Amino acid sequence: MPDVFVAKAAEFAEGDRRIVAHDGVEIGVFNWQGNYFAYENLCIHQGGPACEGVIMHKVEDVLGPDRTWHGHKFSENEAHFVCPWHGYEYDITTGECAADRRLKLKSFDVVRRGEDIYVVA
Amino acid sequence: MDLPLSDFRHMSVAEFDTNKLLNHASRQAEERGYKKFPIVDVDSHHYESESIAEILDYMDDPVLQQLAKSASQSARTTGMFAGGIGYQDMGGRVTRYPLRKLEKGNPDEHRDVSLTRRWMDAIGVDISVLFPTPMLQLGLHPQVEVEVALARAYNRWLIERVLAKEPRIRSMLYLPFNDPDAAFRMVQEMGGKPGVVGFMVTAARYKPVHHNSYMRIYALLEEMGLPLGFHSAYNWNDQSLSLMNKFISVHALGFVWHNMVHMTNWIMNGLPERFPKLKVVWIESGLAWLPFMMQRLDNEYMMRSSEAPALKRLPSDYIRDMYFTSQPMERSAEDDVLAITMRMMKAETQLMYSSDYPHWDFDLPSTIYDLPFLSETAKRNILGGNAIRFFGLKLPEQKLARVA
Ligand code: FES
Repeated sequence: MPDVFVAKAAEFAEGDRRIVAHDGVEIGVFNWQGNYFAYENLCIHQGGPACEGVIMHKVEDVLGPDRTWHGHKFSENEAHFVCPWHGYEYDITTGECAADRRLKLKSFDVVRRGEDIYVVA
Repeated sequence: MDLPLSDFRHMSVAEFDTNKLLNHASRQAEERGYKKFPIVDVDSHHYESESIAEILDYMDDPVLQQLAKSASQSARTTGMFAGGIGYQDMGGRVTRYPLRKLEKGNPDEHRDVSLTRRWMDAIGVDISVLFPTPMLQLGLHPQVEVEVALARAYNRWLIERVLAKEPRIRSMLYLPFNDPDAAFRMVQEMGGKPGVVGFMVTAARYKPVHHNSYMRIYALLEEMGLPLGFHSAYNWNDQSLSLMNKFISVHALGFVWHNMVHMTNWIMNGLPERFPKLKVVWIESGLAWLPFMMQRLDNEYMMRSSEAPALKRLPSDYIRDMYFTSQPMERSAEDDVLAITMRMMKAETQLMYSSDYPHWDFDLPSTIYDLPFLSETAKRNILGGNAIRFFGLKLPEQKLARVA
């Protein structure tokens, strides 16, 4: 399992991402709230560049105790990255497809060696 | 450009390149060997609103032209397009909607020609049939004369500025169906122009397709050998659809609803018997509605055939003679459902691939090519062969799309 260089830790800001390639496989690496996550940049839908889209917090309903609906809000803890082709959303911390968690992107380990961040491809 | 995200964050993007966005699609084209066979895309789009200043120069009526030019200076579009509410960009999640503004065409060429050819090459499409975008709702315009004037200006502009410049781009021209006389004249005047492969009726409208005033249009199209397409759209103001509070709901049902109404009228009034040589294609309603329609209409027809005396066969038999574009091909966990649907509709001869690119729910050729239950011949028919026969296209031996 070769290590593929991603970035210098100091240059890889929180909320940022990198796309690296190894042996024909593209991998999206995210720095989300200080943790690193890496997934294959290949959408389970039609093969789009899933890791290259925007990062959006999950949209949630606001319901009252009597189950009435009071609007929407963005989740405070769940964030998704969104495939730019057609909008499939993936949980940034697990790579699961938000609309059907049985579906998942291939994930990779990310390691830090000194000042450098690597993905284990 | 700054894209607004959740949590008051922003993402700043400096450039947009269709080739880069679609490079995975280009890889699919290479891996699947699309260079070995032609691919025709029977439903793709451009944004005519981006060229509205040019289009308005083709508008004959001086008063309407001045009105539209003035309105387009103060509003974001023409101020003349019908329609309105819509969230196709999915709250910015489908980034090409806002970002396309950043992309440039090639020098000395209309931007629509450059951008269209760019995505066609990227996904492996040789010929594409191009349709407008906001004008899909023009059939809802309360001013019939505006539908006619805009349709005529758009068609003339399209023929001269786009179709004449790139033979890989064709179109079924917009038919201003709320004015049957104007629609008839448009077929007469423009039906033979280079690049015109038929006429298209936007489905979101409220005049029944079996009205007697349309018969001479169908007869003319039949005589000229030009197909008629019904391109679906939604109307959020439709009395039933307005009960829905989400774009997903109105889009999911709206894009089949209007075509279901038109197809039912088309069949029950015996139009396939009255115009047996007129080729009809139903565009952008997907496939899942077809087994439903066949079952519903056949079942009732068996009991109430006296109400549809023009029919000589079952409604489903007429449906099987019609043509359909593939997108948005409903993906179901069950492959069987799609296989049965394709068998029921005789997909091998009647189904024609469409991408709908660049709209949010586009389908790549791989949505057809990767289906495990289709033979290689069936795949190639659906991806190109059926459309080549349907439109009578003459294609050279070599692949037109620049695929690897
Ligand atoms: S390919 Fe990713 S959403 Fe369709």
